[in-house]
Amino acid sequence: MNSDKITKYVLFVTSFIILIVTGGMLYSLIQGSLPSFHTFGWKFIISPEWNPTKGNEHYGALAFILGTIYTSVLALLVALPMAFSTSLIVAEYFRNSWFANVVSTCVDLLAGIPSVIFGLWGFYALRPFIVHIGLTQQGFGVFTAGIVLAMMIIPYAASLSNSVIMMVPNELKEAAYSLGATRLEVIWNVILPNARSGITASYILAFGRALGETMAVTMLIGNANIVPKGLFSMGNTMASVIANEFGEANGLHLSSLIALGLILFVITALINAAGKYIIKKFA
Amino acid sequence: MKKIGLFLALALVIASCHSGKKNSVALSGAGSTFVMPFYTTAFQKYTPLTGVKISYGGVGSGAGIKSLKDRVVDFGASDAFMTDAQMAAMPAPVVEFPTCSGAVVMAFNLPGITTMKLTPEVLADIYLGKITNWNDPALAKINPGVKFPNLPITVVHRSDGSGTTNIFTNYLTKVSPEWKSKYGFGTTVNWPVGVGGKGNPGVAGTISQTTGAFGYVESTYAFAEKIPFASIKNQAGIFITPSFASTSAAGKGQMPQDTRIMITDSPDSAAYPIAGFTWVILYKEQHYNNRTLAQAQALLKLWDWMLDPDAQAVAQQIDYVPLPASVVALDKSILRTVTYDGKPILQ
Repeated sequence: MNSDKITKYVLFVTSFIILIVTGGMLYSLIQGSLPSFHTFGWKFIISPEWNPTKGNEHYGALAFILGTIYTSVLALLVALPMAFSTSLIVAEYFRNSWFANVVSTCVDLLAGIPSVIFGLWGFYALRPFIVHIGLTQQGFGVFTAGIVLAMMIIPYAASLSNSVIMMVPNELKEAAYSLGATRLEVIWNVILPNARSGITASYILAFGRALGETMAVTMLIGNANIVPKGLFSMGNTMASVIANEFGEANGLHLSSLIALGLILFVITALINAAGKYIIKKFA
Repeated sequence: MKKIGLFLALALVIASCHSGKKNSVALSGAGSTFVMPFYTTAFQKYTPLTGVKISYGGVGSGAGIKSLKDRVVDFGASDAFMTDAQMAAMPAPVVEFPTCSGAVVMAFNLPGITTMKLTPEVLADIYLGKITNWNDPALAKINPGVKFPNLPITVVHRSDGSGTTNIFTNYLTKVSPEWKSKYGFGTTVNWPVGVGGKGNPGVAGTISQTTGAFGYVESTYAFAEKIPFASIKNQAGIFITPSFASTSAAGKGQMPQDTRIMITDSPDSAAYPIAGFTWVILYKEQHYNNRTLAQAQALLKLWDWMLDPDAQAVAQQIDYVPLPASVVALDKSILRTVTYDGKPILQ
């Protein structure tokens, strides 16, 4: 065998391992969640009750699916304008200036902060502030968790948007300027149409990340296993309830937690696929 | 901070295991996080005495039982005794015995208030969501002289499955028929109200950071962190403050031969009513998976030593409650039933 073949062989094996791991993960999630789906059927997805007490066991995912979607959508809505402004500052208005460097370094720094640190910040700084201004009684809930999630996903949305905006050909922009367009007109009529798909995809990927975030959410959402009644209600998410309860769970309880994991896996996979599709379709 | 220090110490112990001599016996266990500081501190004392190296993973009581079931550890540790169903699911018969006890205290955060009395009825009503404000007349009635503020009660409970929750909800089922019929007891229950905090530190942190908060935490944590907690009216009608003596008194009652007993709501007049044991679980027949007699002997000698005054004194030093003499005697008789090839290991 020559070295070229060996390289090819090694590369093939390593990437095949990734396939096996992903497939195995999906297989064990399906395998583990079967008892739960057997017992509750499709009602598992639409039932809001989660009762692990022996004798009255009943499991339904609705409270956690809604909790996950509420927090992630709120995070996306808050992160969207902030990430968008940051991208424009870094990639257009102050491109290559010291200010843009500082901002983009801070964004990169945010991406590197462990989730538990965001949780601590939310717990010790944001939560007392929310109590202080009287939004909620004790500061826990969908709102607090959503705000912290927003801070966590800004770097994901912003850094990809930055590169997409920077990739808009200079010739196009210069042509627009030469015709007398203002900066705002260039942004709206040249940059956005060209970078639209990349920017949208970056937000979708950031949303996917918000769905699965665990530690910071569990520290702030209140961990009440109920359907959130509004923005300031407490709740729980799929990732958070799995992290909280799997250590002591067995039997049907464990199977139901694995079923939650499967639902989260499927939702995240769909979101990622949507992101990929948009990049491909409009790029 | 103490617990973090102990954890680091454990990490060092594990790290040093790998550099040690290959011929010395090594034991491993997993389970309860509540009891982890006691075990790791006591094990550190035991290793220099005997050369036996022990690693312990605080992975949660349920996960500890699972690890023993899969036979990846020599012993499991749990704050909730095994149910008949759990025992039936094990691949072979097991024995379990308590190693120390602890109280669950009702901690609160109210400006200017450091002591509080609670009756079981009021406590249950708070967790049932019936009493929602600190200015409720029921609280004022049992605490003459204490000026409660007009402030909503933020009820705090554990968000993760926990032996502490098992002890606390077991107490509630004994004192409140309504709680018993609606929510029952277990390591995780369907809470009607409240905020969930992760682990004892999470609950204690939420309480100390939230004015008007009220929740249950393991006594060791409250003692060490000096969080104010309530005295509870016991079955004899006396308000009891959780302490070493009152928790120890809760464990003095009649003990069944299999040690599977919840010591909540003790009839002893000196007993604090929300207390519980923590158990260690071993296989009754130690010859499995090519285990050597030396390994089985080391395991049994370790737990025999853990029940002796030396190790029990370690428990007290770090805020756990040592076992009463009667329970130690029962535990030792249980250890003698553990066999290797059908022969008792300890004489």
